[in-house]
Order: sequence, then structure tokens, then C-alpha cells
Amino acid sequence: MAVGGKRRWWWKRRAAVVAGVTIAVSVWVGSHCYFRRENMAKAEEALVSMCEERARMIQDQFAVSVNHVHALAILISTFYYQKQPPALDQETFAYYTAKTAFERPLLNGVAYAERIIHSQREIFETRQGWTIMTMKREPSPMQDEYAPVIYSQETVSYIEAIDMMSGEEDRENILRARATGKAVLTKPFRLLESNHLGVVLTFPVYRSGLPEDATVEQRVEATAGYLGGAFDVESLVENLLRQLAGNQDITINVYDITNASEPLIMYGPQIPEGYMPLSHVSMLDFGDPFRKHQMHCRYREKPPLPLSAITTPFGIFVIIMLGGYIVFAAKNHYDNVKEDCRKMEELKVQAEAADVAKSQFLATVSHEIRTPMNGVLGMLDMLLDTDLNLTQKDYAQTAQVCGKALISLINEVLDRAKIEAGKLEIEAVPFDLRSILDDVISLFSSKSREKGIELAVFVSDKVPEVVTGDPGRFRQIITNLVGNSVKFTERGHIFVQVHLADNSDLGADEKVHSGLNGLSRSEKVQIMSDCTFDTLSGFEAADTRNNWENFKLLLSDEMCLQEASTSDKEPDIVTLIVSVEDTGIGIPLRAQDRVFTPFMQADSSTSRNYGGTGIGLSITKCLVELMGGQINFISRPNVGSTFTFTAVFKRCNKDAIADTKRTLSEALPTGFKGMKAFIVDGKPVRNAVTRYHLKRLGIAVEVANTVKMMLNSLTRQNSNFRTGRQPYIILIEKDSWYTGMDVYLHNQLLMLKQNDCVLELPKVILLVTCEYDKMSSGSLVDTVIIKPLRASTVAACLQQVLGMEKQQKKELSNGPTNLRNLLAGKNILVVDDNKVNLRVAASALKKYGATVECAESGKDALSLLQLPHKFDACFMDVQMPEMDGFEATRQIRLMESKANEQISNGGASRGEDSMIVEWHLPILAMTADVIQATYEECLKCGMDGYVSKPFEEQQLFQAVAKFLVSKPSSDS
Amino acid sequence: MVGGILVFFTAVLAVKVRSRWRRSRCWRLKTVYIAFASDAFRDGFLDDQYTLLLQLQDENEPDFVLQVATLFFEDSEKLLNELRGILDKQDVDFEKLDACVRKLTGSSASIGAKRIKNTCIAFHNCCKEGRKELCLKCLQHLAQERLLMKSKLETLFKLEKQIRAAGASVPVLSK
Repeated sequence: MAVGGKRRWWWKRRAAVVAGVTIAVSVWVGSHCYFRRENMAKAEEALVSMCEERARMIQDQFAVSVNHVHALAILISTFYYQKQPPALDQETFAYYTAKTAFERPLLNGVAYAERIIHSQREIFETRQGWTIMTMKREPSPMQDEYAPVIYSQETVSYIEAIDMMSGEEDRENILRARATGKAVLTKPFRLLESNHLGVVLTFPVYRSGLPEDATVEQRVEATAGYLGGAFDVESLVENLLRQLAGNQDITINVYDITNASEPLIMYGPQIPEGYMPLSHVSMLDFGDPFRKHQMHCRYREKPPLPLSAITTPFGIFVIIMLGGYIVFAAKNHYDNVKEDCRKMEELKVQAEAADVAKSQFLATVSHEIRTPMNGVLGMLDMLLDTDLNLTQKDYAQTAQVCGKALISLINEVLDRAKIEAGKLEIEAVPFDLRSILDDVISLFSSKSREKGIELAVFVSDKVPEVVTGDPGRFRQIITNLVGNSVKFTERGHIFVQVHLADNSDLGADEKVHSGLNGLSRSEKVQIMSDCTFDTLSGFEAADTRNNWENFKLLLSDEMCLQEASTSDKEPDIVTLIVSVEDTGIGIPLRAQDRVFTPFMQADSSTSRNYGGTGIGLSITKCLVELMGGQINFISRPNVGSTFTFTAVFKRCNKDAIADTKRTLSEALPTGFKGMKAFIVDGKPVRNAVTRYHLKRLGIAVEVANTVKMMLNSLTRQNSNFRTGRQPYIILIEKDSWYTGMDVYLHNQLLMLKQNDCVLELPKVILLVTCEYDKMSSGSLVDTVIIKPLRASTVAACLQQVLGMEKQQKKELSNGPTNLRNLLAGKNILVVDDNKVNLRVAASALKKYGATVECAESGKDALSLLQLPHKFDACFMDVQMPEMDGFEATRQIRLMESKANEQISNGGASRGEDSMIVEWHLPILAMTADVIQATYEECLKCGMDGYVSKPFEEQQLFQAVAKFLVSKPSSDS
Repeated sequence: MVGGILVFFTAVLAVKVRSRWRRSRCWRLKTVYIAFASDAFRDGFLDDQYTLLLQLQDENEPDFVLQVATLFFEDSEKLLNELRGILDKQDVDFEKLDACVRKLTGSSASIGAKRIKNTCIAFHNCCKEGRKELCLKCLQHLAQERLLMKSKLETLFKLEKQIRAAGASVPVLSK
């Protein structure tokens, strides 16, 4: 197919070439012919005009000569015949004619012959003194008439006395002339003497008195003589033509064609010569109607072909060939380009297919790897459960850790593949942002402690407690960023901040990458010289926006905004700006533009030193974009990097907030409300963070820069208000601490107490970043909190310090064991028409120690629920055939209210105080779809709560705890 | 990355080969069981509810899951027949259909059969829209899913039984 196509293409090309050349050649030939013909036409035209010109000229000259001969005839008749004696003699005639010869350029000479009748011959001969001679110069034989020449021009004097009638041509001429009275011509013949071709012109001279319309006889009668002249055509015409231009180019033949069958040549070469194909014939009229003359003109040579007739077609030919070549080359080029383009398309399709295949392969492979990996991990779990010696255990644990790392890596790859395939979807569930940040912080706490980095989180008060979004992905983003920061930071701090987008706009323009180098900022240099910065740890950060100046602005902004916005209608959408700032090695300038490219770390040495695949940031970017945000960073090598991203969440409505708060993971303990704390910290950013955590616990905060200032203000305050209702807590940063401080502080505080400034000794808590800092604290410190700070760790510490442990512990430990406590020994009825559900629910409840009875329909339930109740609670399916849960509950409630009325009526009589409690069986709805409407309907018909099917431990506990008074004291 | 995957593959192979060498039937059975179960979880046949069920199973009720499953399959067969009956009629009573579907949803959720549950939810939506042809498709799908689930669970139970017969404890599944 391809070969055939190629051959066909080749043939086509060949045909095109041949056609092109043919066209060019034919155009060349065509134009050449055209030029030739044009040239010929022009030559012919020129020939015609030249020929005509010559013909006219000869004719004119001839006519002039004839006219003059005519005049001579008149002269002779006037002076010879009408004068007595004649006034003309040979001498006069010769003189006159010689003088007037210029008038007759074509005539050799003229002569006059008198008409002599035979009878008059004697007289004439005697008068003249000579005898009449013939042409052959012999005395003339006897004739009827004679025409001897009596006068002649000197040039032709040799014909004197010759009888003109003796010559054949002359005789004929004479006869015709006197008959017509006009000039007549002989046919051409060789003239005497000159032997040139010539003709003889004869003109009759009449005696006077001849009328205009005389008959031939009258004319013959009146004839007196004949005037004749010889035209030496050859030489004369030669002379004449010589005067004209272009004489050399053409040859001329003059013919006498009186006898059409055999034209007699008058002038020109005997055999016609010159360029035969082109000739012109002009008629000549010499005034003799009997004789007809023609003039043939032709070029002596073939007219030369002009150069343009060759060059122009050749030029056209060249142009056409060039044009053809250009078209050909263009077509060739076009074909090539098209072919290339097609190949490119093919390759592109292949590449795209390969890309898709790669993604699919990645997804599949990672999926496939996960399965056996789970097996491996499961096995390792089991292995760890068995009796192992320490070394074996260590090996197994290492293997497990590695396996887990591998799984997380595979998950990342899978994520990436999923994102690329567009399969990742973002959830929208309510979640508590702060607790997620706390979780992330705690995840990295051990690492940061190990390295001695400060890890801190700060969430602006403006950020709502609960927002709707994808907590998992949000956590993933933060984890990725913080994980990177932790990995690349050896000193200083990592600081995560969350603000509302609208009030952290300041310096937003600075986000542009161009400012990255930071070289342009002159003030930076100035700050550098100070060596400490207003950042969390005092190290310089890449993004100046995070220093105290801006931070303060943000905070103050928040304060006033908060007051103003409480009444405002809050928008549905919450856009958060999250920044993760570190003081690590930073990103090399040349690598900054490909940070978000998958599998790209700053450079290969980085991955050697720090490990990792470099996929994290690209996933992070994708996730941020999926959440409707943008990610950006500012980084300076050896100073640090700040990653900033925005994320769009939805605000939750109030009910949902309450709802989620209930279900979300452990809420913070609330026992600290109204307490007061003092923070001693020289660094404003850091104390803002500490303050944020304490505030979340509901603790009022005061700040002092140094211990001394703190003591001063303590003294001052307490002398003013002697309140002291709550114990003071003093949190002191490590920076403001030195050895021996504890004793000093203790003494000072004791003094304050003695002075009644404080009722109780304040608790002193030291905040440190590293494990070994703990050692330097003195014995008189109540406790030490190792950073990173988290609300829950702070809470736990405070509880420990303040002795609130026991009270809190109870509240905190409401897990499944509590559920067991609640349900143990209870009689519970489960109603569900679905056997499977029934079985499962019953089994689950049994597991918590309850005694369970089952009913498969509303009616069965009713019959079992006769008063007095033997059950402590009833779980009722909402949707059942015949009688649904709502209806059954209504009937039970009806029954109960009747019984209650009876009791209230006759209760007094019975007097059993233990039974005075009203009948009210707690009924819980079981439903698969937890919609608000269902919940409301449940309450309407008298149910006490609802649980979703299948049971969730937490929810079950919450529902049950409301009405089942745990009787742990009695039961356990 | 690729190197990691390769290394990992070889590691898995080595583990497999080693386990075979040990010729410990029990060990292999457990491996198969875990692999099979995690497969089922991964493919969405089972969800957390099933692990909860497994936790509910104790000495008092050693066959609890088996019983529940048997119950479920009997129940679901009945329900499927009922659904078929309703859909066979000329005018379909969608409310009745929906009630049936709901029941099946509930029981499949209880047993942790995630895919059946999801199919039921789709079925429910079809019922709401009242489109018979879609309902029929869903029914077909449902029957198929049920059979799949049945074979999965049967295999699992068989494995469990074998493990128990070999005198070992069934490994605890957790997602």
C-alpha cells in the first residue's frame, strides 16, 4: 500500500514535471511564432508602402514626362504648322528640347516625325535634302505613308531621317496614337544605340481645327506628325529609385502585362530574385489605356528576425520554468511538512497514550502493591504478637515501619495518579480546623523536639471554629508542607498560621516571585545587621510579612473587625490563607520554578541528603487547586521558605456546628474558664501563639517581656484589686530563664504572698523546645511543657499542675468501657422487621452487656411492652410494614399516659414512693437515613432519640447516655 | 521509585516463597485469608461494619457472622423475589418497591456489604424517579452483586473454618 502510494506519488510528480516543461516549451514556441508573424506582417506592410511609393513616383514622373511631350506637341503644331513659314527648325527644336530635358527625366530624348504621304515624298525629300531611310539605314522602299524624323533632340540625333513607320513597334504605336489622340507606349524592347530595355512613347500632332469629339477617320486625316520619345526605363528607373530610402533592401521588377499570359519585363533582373514568399504587386498607369504595367517588389533578402522574437519567448520560458519550479518546490515542501505534521500527530497520540498508560499503570500497580503489602503488614503484626526475643522484635518492628512508609508512599503515588486521572473528589463535611492543625503539630512534635526547632501554630480568632470542607485533604496539605519544613529545617522555627483571606491582604502584592531574591529590599540589610528578627524564633524568615510588624497589624485588625462583624451577616464562603514558614535551607533560586513539578526536588543532592520522592509538593498543589485555592511560596536559600496557600471552605450553619461539635473528636476541657495566666516572653510572635492556645482553653492572658516586669505588674495589680479568685499560672519562655531563676522567682513570689499580693502561690510553668532544656529548669518549677504547644497538651499539663486531674479524667474516659457501664444489665427491646438488622443490633447490644429481646414487628413490640415495663429501653426501627416505628411509639406513649393518669389519681393511695416515677420507656429510633426531618418526626411522636443503623459506638453512647442513668455504683 | 517497586516486588516474592517453604499450612491459610479479606475490603465488597460483626463474634456465639450472613442471604433472596414480583406487574407500585429496597438497604448495611448497599441506594433513587427500566437494571445488578458477595463470604467462611480446623485462631481483620 505504501509502496504503491509512493510509486503513484512519484508518477504524479513526474507527470507534473513533464506537463510543466511542455507548457513552458509550447508557450515559448507559440510566442516565438507570434513574434515572427508579427514581424512578417510589419515587413510586408513596409514593403507595400515602399512599393506603392515607388510605383506612385514612377507613375508621377512618367505622367510629368508625358505631359511635357504633350506640351511639345502643342509647341510643334503651333510653331511649325500654323506659322508660314514655319518658325521651327531643327536647331531651335534641338536647343529647346535640350534646355527642357529636365522636365522629362524619364525620356532619353524626343524626336518629331512628320506624316508624309507617298505622293508628297518627292517634294519632301527634295525640301529636306535627304531621302527617307528605314530603321536599317537603307532608303525606304515605297510605302503608303512615311513618318521620317525631322527634328530630334541631340541625344537621339541618330534617328534623324529614319522612317518611324518602318519599325514594327513604332508603326503600331503611330497608328494607335493618331487613332486615339493620346500618348501611347510600345512594348518594351531593346533600344537602339544603348541597347537598354525601353519603351517608346508616341504622341500625335494634329493640324488645327480638330474637334474634341473627332472620329478616328477625322483624326487620321488631321494628323500632321508624331512626337516620339524613348523611355530608357532601365537606367532611368534606376536613377529614380536610387534617390529613395531603403533602396538596397528591395528588388523591383516592372512588367508589361498587356498580354497577360506572357508578361514582358521592363525593368529589373530577368530572373526574379530576392525573397520570394513576400512580394507586392502594384499597378502602374502610364496613361496608355492599351498597355498595362505592373510593378513587383520584394525584399532582396529574407527580413531578419528581430532579437526580441527570440529573447522574449526565452525569457517567458525561463520565467515559466522558474514559476513551475517554485510551485513544484512549494508543493514538495508542503507535502513534506504535511507528512512531518502527520508523523508528529501520530507521535503525539502515542505520547499521550503512553502518558495515560503510565498513569493507569501507576494507579494499578500501586493498587496491586497495596494488597500484598497489607498482607505483609498483617503478618508482621501477627509476628509481633508472638514471643520474640528483643533482636527479632526490633527487626520485625523495623520491617513494619518500613512497610508503613512504603504504603504511605504508594498512597501518595496513587493520589497523584488519581489527581491526574481526575478521579479525586473533594468531600464537604464539617470539621474543626484547629483540632486538625493540632493533630498535625503533634504528628511532628517528636521530630521538632529532637531537632530543637520551634513548631507553632496560630489560628486567627476570625476563622470560624467549624468549617465545611475536606478535612482529610486539608490535613494532607498541611502535613506535606510541615513535613517538608521539618525535613529541611535544622534550627529556628516552623510556624503555621491561618487567617481569613480578607484581612490578611496586606502585602499581597509582595507575593510575586520577583521579590523572592530579597536583594532589592534595602531595609532587609539593615535588619540583618541587628542579627535578631521579630519572628517566632528570632531567626530570619524568607517572607517579611510574617514578622511582628505585620503580625501585630493583623492581630489589631482582627480585634476591631471582630467587634464590628458580630452583627454583620457573615458570607457563606470562608477563604483562608494558610502559611507555613520555616527557617530551613530554603530552595535554591534555580530550582524555584520547578518546585511544584512532580518528582522534582531542589536538586539531586537534596534527595540524597534528605530523602523523599519530591512528589509531595505537586500533590499539595493539586489538592490546593481542587479546594479552589492557590499555592505560592517565597524562599531564600539559607534563610528559609514560606509556603502560602489559600483554601475555600463553606461556613457551617449554627445547628451543624453544634452537631459536629458533638460528634467531632474530643472537645477541649472546659474547666479553665475564668482563669488567668501570665506569659513571660520577649518575643511578641511567640507569645501571641501561646496566648492563642490559652485563649482556646478560656484562660485570660497577660503578657510581660521579662520576669521582672511580670513581678512588677503582679504587685501593682494585686494591690489595686485584691481579687485572687483563681490561681495564677505563670508561663515562662526558656529564653527568659537562667539557672537559679527558679529560686529567685520562688522567693519573689513567696514575698508577694506574704505581702498579700497573691492569695496562693502562682504555678510556674516553663516552656522549652528541647528535651534537654528540661534539665536546666530548677526544682522549684511546677512543670515543664515541651513545645510544640497544643491546646490539649497545655490543658493536660495545667490539669496536672492544678490538681484537676481526677475530675477531668472521668469526663475524658467515656469510651466503650463507659458504654458497657451504661448498658450492662439493662433489659433492652429491639424491634426491627429485618432479621439481619435485628440480629446484628441485638448482638452489638449484647456485647455491651445488655440483655436483649427481639421483636419483628410493631405489633409484637406492643404486646411485649405491656405495663409495667420490664425493659429499660427500646430500639425501634422506623420503617416497618403494618405498623411502623412512629405508630408503635405513639401507641406506647398513649398507653403510658393513661397509666400515668391512673397513677397520679390513685398514686396517693398506693404510697409507694419508689413507683411514683412516671412511666416513660426510652424509645430510640433506628434509621438508616439520618436526616433532620426524620429526627424531628422522631421527637414529635414521642421518641427520645435516634441512632443510625448500623450502630456507631460514639453515637450510640451519646444517645443512650442522655436517658439511661448509669447506675455504676449499684451494678458494678 | 521504580527501583523501590522492583525491590518491593522481590521482597513480596521472597516472603511468599519463604512461607511456602515452611510448609506451614496454617500460615499459608492465614495469608490467603488476610489477602482475600483485604481484597474484599479493597474492592468494596465489605466495609467496617463487617469487622464490627467479627468483633461481636465471641465464644458464646462462635458462628455469629455465619448465622447473620445466612440470615442475610435468605432474607435477601426473599426480598429479591418480592422485588421481581413487583416489577413484573404491569403498573409498578413504586412505594412498595421502595419499601423493599429500604429493607434490603438496612440489612446489607448491617452486614457490611458495601456494594450491595450502594446498589440499593441507586435502586432507591430509581424508585424515587419512578423509572421502571432503570429499576430493572438495578435489580439485575443487585442479584449479581448478591451472588458475588455470597461467593466471597462463602470463601471467607471456608477459609475461617479451615483455619480453625488447623487449630489456629482466625486473624483479626481491621481496616
